[in-house]
Amino acid sequence: MASMIGSKVERKEDKKFLTGRGRYTADINLHNQSYAVFIRSPHARAKITGIDTTKAKKAPGVIDVLTGKELQDDKIGGLIAGWKIVSKDGTDMKCPAHPALATDLVNYVGDHVALVVAESLQEAKDAAELVKVDYKVLKAVVSTGQAMDSDTIHDGIDKNLCFDWELGDKAKAEEAFSSADKVVEMDIVNNRLVPNAMEPRASIGDYNPSSEELTLYTTSQNPHLSRLVMSAFNAIHPEHKFRVIAPDVGGGFGSKIYPYSEDVVMAWAAKRLQRPVKWVCERTESFLSDCHGRDHITKCSVALKNDGTVTGLKVDTIANLGGYASLFATVTPTYLYGPLVLGLYNIPAAYCNVKGVFTNTAPVDAYRGAGRPEATYLIERIMDKAAKELGMDRAEFRKKNFIRQFPHQQCLVHNIDSGDYDAHFDKALKLADYAGFEKRKADSAAKGKLRGIGFSTYIEACGIAPSAAVMSLGAGVGLWESAEIRFNPTGNVSVFTGTHSHGQSHDTTFAQIVADKLGVPMENIELVHGDTDKGPFGMGTYGSRSLAVGGSAISKACDKIVEKGKAVAANMLEAKPEDIEFKDGEFIVPNTNKKKTIGEIAFACYLPGTYGEIKSPLPEGMEPGLKETAFYDPINFSFPAGSHICEVEVDPTTGETKVDTYTCVDDFGNLINPMIVEGQIHGGLAQGIGQALYENAYYDETGQLVTASYMDYCMPRADNFPEFRIDYTCTPATSNPLGVKGCGEAGAIASPPAVMNAVVDAIGTEVTMPATAEKVWRAIREKSKSAKKAA
Amino acid sequence: MAKLSLTVNGKKIEKEVPDNTLLASFIRENLNLTGTHVGCDTSQCGACVVHVNGKSVKSCAMFAADANNSEITTIEGLEKDGKLHPVQESFKKHHGLQCGYCTPGMVMSSIDLLKTHKNPTDDEIRKGLEGNICRCTGYQNIVASVKGAIGKV
Repeated sequence: MASMIGSKVERKEDKKFLTGRGRYTADINLHNQSYAVFIRSPHARAKITGIDTTKAKKAPGVIDVLTGKELQDDKIGGLIAGWKIVSKDGTDMKCPAHPALATDLVNYVGDHVALVVAESLQEAKDAAELVKVDYKVLKAVVSTGQAMDSDTIHDGIDKNLCFDWELGDKAKAEEAFSSADKVVEMDIVNNRLVPNAMEPRASIGDYNPSSEELTLYTTSQNPHLSRLVMSAFNAIHPEHKFRVIAPDVGGGFGSKIYPYSEDVVMAWAAKRLQRPVKWVCERTESFLSDCHGRDHITKCSVALKNDGTVTGLKVDTIANLGGYASLFATVTPTYLYGPLVLGLYNIPAAYCNVKGVFTNTAPVDAYRGAGRPEATYLIERIMDKAAKELGMDRAEFRKKNFIRQFPHQQCLVHNIDSGDYDAHFDKALKLADYAGFEKRKADSAAKGKLRGIGFSTYIEACGIAPSAAVMSLGAGVGLWESAEIRFNPTGNVSVFTGTHSHGQSHDTTFAQIVADKLGVPMENIELVHGDTDKGPFGMGTYGSRSLAVGGSAISKACDKIVEKGKAVAANMLEAKPEDIEFKDGEFIVPNTNKKKTIGEIAFACYLPGTYGEIKSPLPEGMEPGLKETAFYDPINFSFPAGSHICEVEVDPTTGETKVDTYTCVDDFGNLINPMIVEGQIHGGLAQGIGQALYENAYYDETGQLVTASYMDYCMPRADNFPEFRIDYTCTPATSNPLGVKGCGEAGAIASPPAVMNAVVDAIGTEVTMPATAEKVWRAIREKSKSAKKAA
Repeated sequence: MAKLSLTVNGKKIEKEVPDNTLLASFIRENLNLTGTHVGCDTSQCGACVVHVNGKSVKSCAMFAADANNSEITTIEGLEKDGKLHPVQESFKKHHGLQCGYCTPGMVMSSIDLLKTHKNPTDDEIRKGLEGNICRCTGYQNIVASVKGAIGKV
């Protein structure tokens, strides 16, 4: 049998999506279902002085109108921040209460105030207009940079400061700076983004009063964790009688990792009203209430030797957490960010300080890359600036500082197991024809265009990951993963995973692993995920972890199947288990013609009757059945790395930037399905280039989200991109049995600085993301004005 | 109320719906054809594209009543005798979809594009799909999928 691992296998999941037979949450309709509409705050910061639901309750078709008071009466807990960060003074982070429906204060436009449940969606919408909420509007705190100097928005949280966290040896870093030949400083803004999965969030609660079972259908990347949080912290329903189903989910990108207020409220309302209650988000609602991403402002500096050696790095960041601390909000700008500011460079001393602040904006949480794009953006931008100020070639300067010995213990947190950074950078430079850049630049100039080239050599830490490590850093849960391989008596296989696929193609890649390990044809393998009643408890999909952690759990469960199979085969074939060889789905006694297929073994395991001379196929004392579970907890994060090179052409008369070529060479370790990996890179690049050139979530000074629809928030479209050039190098990961590193986030992590370094190279002056035509045009104009003044 | 008489995926349909029913809601809620998706409220994303009399239309921006007497094809109506439409086939072959949410609209728009442009360039394909947003694929494999179906529509 040809090896499946490494093959471009077409996807098993495609047909249902291509024929319109996907089953997303909004597609599900339950018998006797009711419809919910949320009343949301129109103000960024206000005190609720009264809620009058009388009229709405009498409106046609209305079943009930629920507010935070009813939620309190039923003792439903609030939403939680799942990762404890300790400030540099030793105190714990400070997080405000986060009720699923606000009672006293609203803290961002879109915050949840009340719920109308009616017989039809139209009736619920009409009645929502009749709910009268009185607000005393307060001055909103919106700006990331000024949050600490503004009014306190949550009682007891001085300066709106959630945490003031540090990482690294400050004294050692200062020493590097005092002995530096040169110091380069830079101010960095990482713009706020809206994840914008194409499927808006949705949630349906369904309660069965006789069995006391509660089911929640929801758009989740992580149904088990959602159930755990809703059982343990929101106290909605005991875990064993609570089923969370995440059916087909139309993209997540981090925004669907955690339970939202709407999930809590749907589960609770269904139980309270004893009716199924369905809520489907509209797009503007989604802009207002989905967690956003990024939103950092940073001051950073590097200490340099004249020969181009980087000797130190200092980073001072303010991270906007929004109105409340969402589930992974506090780890994203700390442990997912701070350790990565070193990039893939051998920098001996570094210090990173991050202040997490509350503002009256939508909560900010993990978005594709989560912390690592922000880290990569600052190190790659300042590396460019430093090279220019030293008068060195930007590529040479990077190479001078690459890590070359592995494993490499960085001065902050990570111990990087493997990599070969010269290999991918050299390959990328060749593929992008760096040598020919000056000629292309001259050609562009002849057309009146400004051409620039930008590099981004990056590393990320993913495969999130080792429980002992993350729990020692404050995580509320371990981040292992589970798998169960269940042979059916007829020899086909059900594979259960605790991860969730919402575009990542697990049905295919995970089946490829099982096909290779067990010699079962792809069509006889079915992946089951997204239902807490089916598979074992799992930790879900985010942080490019599904293959490295979840795939490894599957691989480990396969090993256990083979081990049991060998014992059974040995008994049936009258050989010793240690003599049995397993290959391509057959258990063989070497140098004989004695063998059993894995299908025969499965059959025998379930029907252990008499087999000819053999009384039972199972060795004495062995349990029947062929089903194995594995929980895999890796020994380290994985460290994908790569080199991205972008060339842009800017029209100085309009400021419009065209990405002319984009080249990337990534090292993701071993690839299971290169076709799928390529798709992941493309998608990540589009989101990263989107951040650099188009996307921006903009709040005005009163806290209104100005960019709250696709009319105002610029989503990248097909005609915004060139054809990406993609290649790979490979140093297998040593931290998992598959040797894989993770590829889901790399494109979004690497590309913003590659694009922005190219834009700045082209126009010769700084500009912040997104580098829209207007901003670039103004930057060029300012530059020529100041040049004239200087002259 | 609007009395509707129309053909959907080759099947004659007679239904009465409120005047303000959008075609997208009619298809999803009244006909239970949930392959047509709604991804925005502003007719920007294209997840709801269907064919009305052979032309691609954003069904969230049209009243069901305005589709009276017309012939509608949704994503569910493309497969014939258990065989995928060549554009569906090409999306599968070129990994032109990931989460699948934008896919129905993307496929419907691509078919229309290939009907109006017999041999489109990459640029024409990219511009032709400007009304459909995909957040997963970065569009490259969608362009490849459309190219792969040239001459087969």
